[in-house]
Formats: sequence, structure tokens, C-alpha cells
Amino acid sequence: MVMALTTPADKAAPKARRGMMQRYAADTAFMTFVAILMAFLYIPIWVLIVFSFNDSRSLTWPLTGFTLEWYEKLWNNSQLQDAIGNSFYVASCATVLTLLVGVPAALALHRVNFPGKKVFRRLVVLPITLPGVVTGISMLNLFRVLGFNLSLETVILGHATALLAVVVTQVSARLERLPKSLEEASADLGAPPLHTFLHVTLPNIRSAVIGAGLLSFVLSFDEIPVTFFLTGRDNTLPMYIYSTMRRGVTPEINAVGTLIVLFSLILIIGAVIATRERKK
Amino acid sequence: MASIIELDKLSKHYASIAAVDDVSFSVEDGEFVTLLGPSGCGKSTLLRMIGGFEEPSGGVIRLAGQDVTWTPPYRRDVNMVFQDYALFPHMTIGENIAYGLKLMKLGRTETAQRVTDALELVGLHDKIDQRPHQLSGGQRQRIALARAIVRQPKVLLLDEPLSALDAKLREQMQLELKHLHEKVGITFIMVTHDQTEALVMSDRVVVMEKGRVAQEGSPHLLYDHPRTPYVANFIGTTNFLDGQIARAAEGTARISVAGVELEAVTDSPRRAGEAITLGFRPEKVRLLSEGESGENEIPGEIAEVVYYGLGLRLAVAVAGGGRVYVDSLLPDRLADTAVPAVGQPVRMALSPGNIFLFDAEVA
Repeated sequence: MVMALTTPADKAAPKARRGMMQRYAADTAFMTFVAILMAFLYIPIWVLIVFSFNDSRSLTWPLTGFTLEWYEKLWNNSQLQDAIGNSFYVASCATVLTLLVGVPAALALHRVNFPGKKVFRRLVVLPITLPGVVTGISMLNLFRVLGFNLSLETVILGHATALLAVVVTQVSARLERLPKSLEEASADLGAPPLHTFLHVTLPNIRSAVIGAGLLSFVLSFDEIPVTFFLTGRDNTLPMYIYSTMRRGVTPEINAVGTLIVLFSLILIIGAVIATRERKK
Repeated sequence: MASIIELDKLSKHYASIAAVDDVSFSVEDGEFVTLLGPSGCGKSTLLRMIGGFEEPSGGVIRLAGQDVTWTPPYRRDVNMVFQDYALFPHMTIGENIAYGLKLMKLGRTETAQRVTDALELVGLHDKIDQRPHQLSGGQRQRIALARAIVRQPKVLLLDEPLSALDAKLREQMQLELKHLHEKVGITFIMVTHDQTEALVMSDRVVVMEKGRVAQEGSPHLLYDHPRTPYVANFIGTTNFLDGQIARAAEGTARISVAGVELEAVTDSPRRAGEAITLGFRPEKVRLLSEGESGENEIPGEIAEVVYYGLGLRLAVAVAGGGRVYVDSLLPDRLADTAVPAVGQPVRMALSPGNIFLFDAEVA
């Protein structure tokens, strides 16, 4: 009996070892690939951060020393600060505006059946596939026809329109996954439609709304083509950086970039905390 | 007793299809009524119209004498237990149950008291601070019930409430629901496709077929006096044989079927020569032993024997190509001795009162 039990195990051992070796090799190859991918994605950002503290105007190796000079310059550069302020203003307003229009639009698309609904759904999403140049020129023409003066507000309108697609697709996707019976149960328990929306629908699509909002904010923050056509005298941050680029990349720009990376990191952490899904 | 729900010529059409077609019936206060039928027979649509989630294409719904046909669900004094329970995932169990009470603008102490009472009623008071995903299917089911009855509605609607549970739990919940109905005294209207559920739980069953009411009545009535082959087949198992009336008299008829003549009780007048479909339950058929004789003897030959623990089901081939199922419990004697063998000739007996007669064209 004992013999019978040990024999197959002895035979199986080398096979198992070989299998393990193979799996180890495959794992190593895969991990190497992941490491290269991550390096490809993040090394440029590390270069940016490192040079923002480097004690030299020229962006060349080797590093010469540590300095906060570029951050100090940034602190005193009112043009740059205006540009950052404008970018925050535009991105915030565009995000709020696009959420205010996009969330109800997604709800309407989800709830109401009307002729041409499918076409409408496609039309809402279409602008995301249009090049920004086209969106920019067409909105410029429209604003001219309407007699608007170009300003940051026209930029906001342009961004909000272009970003509507992002919000509608994200929120729609979440609504599709929300069982219809939840809203019905709420109505059944005596809740009028608005109460149902605030207490049942909204809490369940909250993370999608926050996610779409953050994405909109970031997209608007670094948007160039539409901004290029629609802005008046004021510049947003990417436009300012673009215009200074004629003099080459300055360490100051690196400092701004580093600050933006830091800010993005805070946003991402905030988003993760805010949208953390409860364990199912 | 007064009718709590009255449906008057209620219809629901989707494009050209009639999901519910000219349905009228009423439900007494405190009754447990089941809408029974296969999927697509319109039973759920009917329930959803009573709840206010579907607008009827025609007809009137009255709740406690008042026309509520066009009243939105949030102003109807009925509550529903949804098939998927529809518990709010972002709220605790306590908040789920209090949701409907807060909307009734009850005081804080009364709300809390009622929530506790409802949880006591379903035996889950220790779950008040948990979230729906932490509970088992059966527990969620009970919370859905508690959330619906805590508002003390005039009518409780249950949409296939037990279909998501496993067989054992389902059986247990059937009785629990029945007891709950007796305890709270609210009118229950349940939708199910499970005939056992309907028979076990309800005072009255409404069998639906293609959007119409096929027959309604007590479980007894439906089982013993089905009006159509559809009802006979949907509730329990029924043997069907085609035959012809040989002679008809007041209240009885002789039918030639499967090479013999059978006597049957009939409540509608029959003409000789009329084609007829004859139905009877497998458990009403008695196998005759050697030398024994009985009413309405039918000879046949055993074609198949199925053992299912509680008893035996025999398929008996009869003259004319038909097959008759015979259910018999296994008495000790039979279990020890002779389980009938395939191919063995048998004689069956059937009392005239246990035969249903259906017009042939209905079948």
C-alpha cells in the first residue's frame, strides 16, 4: 500500500520541478516586460522632476547641483501665475458646466424613450472623435456669428461642449449597470422622482460622476487646440508653456511641470478615496 | 368583506402584442391571491400595473374603491417585493427599512420603533447596521419583505419572491410567507410560475394564459375541477386521452376511449358522437391486482417505471397509442415484493368523479 502510494509521487516530482521552472521563467519574462513598460511611462516624468531641481540652465547631463531657484523664479513670474490661475478657472468652470448638462442628459438618455434616441446618443459622443482643431474652428465661427467676444468664457463653453461626450458616456455606462428596480423600489416606498434621484440614483452613480468630473478637469486643464481658437487675450497654462517654448525648455517650465505632477497625484489620491467602491 | 383591489377590463398592449388582455377580477381584503402562469403570460405586467410601474392601455384599477389607474407608484398605498429584492446597496439594513417611513413623515421615535418591529417580525434584528451585500439571499429576501410591510400598505405585491432562492430554502420561505400573511393581515398578491408555491401559499389562484385569465379559484377547485386542459396541465400532472362520447345522460356520460368505455361525471350536457378530451390525475389511477375488479377498468402494458423515493411513476401504454402515467406510493409490501416490470400487462381503475372532460377543440 505504501509502495503504491509513493511510486507515482516519485515519478511526478521531476515533472513538477520542470513545470515550476517554466513558470518561473515565464513570470520573470512578464515582470521584465512590465518593468520596461513602467520605465517607458514614468522615466520622462522623473527627468522633468530631477531637472527642475538642477542647478543649471541647460538641460544636459550630468547634474550640477541642487537648487530651488526655478521655483523661486516661478513664484515671481506673474505671467506664469496668471496662466496657471486661468487654467484652473477654465478647467473648473468647464467641468461644472459639463457635469450640469451631461449628468441630466445621461439620465434622460437612460430613462426616456423618444424617436431618434440612438442617433442622439451617437451625436452626443461624436465630438470626442473630432479633432480639436475642427471643434475649435467651428466654435470660433459660431461665436463670431453670435457676436461673442473671445475670452476665457468662450474657452469654457468650448471645453464644456467637447467634454460633454466624456461625461455622458461614463455616466450612461454606470446607469446601464444600475438595476431599474432600485428606482422603482424607491418610488414604491413613496419617494417622488426628485427624492429618488437624490437619494437612490445619485449615490449609486456617484463614483462615475466624480470620475468623469476629474477626467474632464484634466482634459480641460491641458487642452490646446480648442483653447487656441477660442481664447482672447488671456492665456491658459499649456498655451503659455507652448509660447515660451520658442526659447527652449527652461528649468522654470520643469518646475511648473513638477508642481502639476504633484497636484495630479493629490487629485488621483482624492479620486481613489472618493470613488472607492464598497466591497461587493 | 369589501374588495381591496378591483381590476376592470385591464389591458396592456406593447405595439401589437397584448401582454394583458381584458383582465377583470377582484381581490378581497386580507386575501392571499397568486397569479400563476408560465413566463410571458402577462402575470408580471399585471402586477406591475397594480403597483403603478406600467400604465395600462385600457381599463381601470381600483384600490379600496378609489380609481388609481393613473396614480404614480409613490402615491399608491401598495408596496412591492421585487424579484431581485432591490435593496439599496448604499444604505444599511436599518436605513433601507426606514426609507419608506421617513417619506411618511413619521416621528423619529416611531420610525425607529417600526424598523425594530419589522426586523423582529422577520427575525433579523441583529442585522440592522449591516449592508445588503453582507446578507445571504434568504436574509435579503426577508429584509425586502420587512421594508415593504413596514409601511403597512393596503396591499403587498410580491413578484416571484422566492425564485432566487435554492429549493430547500424556498420550501421553508413558502410557509414563512404564509404565516407572515396570517400575522400581518395585509392583502398579498403574488406572482409565480411555480404551481406548488401557488397551491401551498394562496387562498385563491388566478391562472393566466396569454394575457387572459384562464381560471381562478381556490387551489382545491383548480386542482380538482380544471376548466381547460391548459389549467389541468399547468397545475399538477394530467393524463390526456382523446375519445368520443358513446352515450350521454343527465350528469354522466359514457366515453369510448383506448378501446374501452369509461363512465364519467359531467357538469355540462354532452351529445353522443361528440369528440372529447379526457383528463385524469396520475395519482387517482389505481392499479388492480390479479382477480380484483374496479370501476372504469383500462387495460394496458407497462412501458416505463420511474422510481422517485416517495413512490413509483409508471408509464402505461394503452390501446390507441396513448400513454397513461400512474403514480403510486410504495407500500412496504410492494417495495419488498414486486416492483412492476416493463412489458407486464396491467389493469387500471379510475372512479368516474376523477375524470375531467374537455371539449376536444380546446385541446
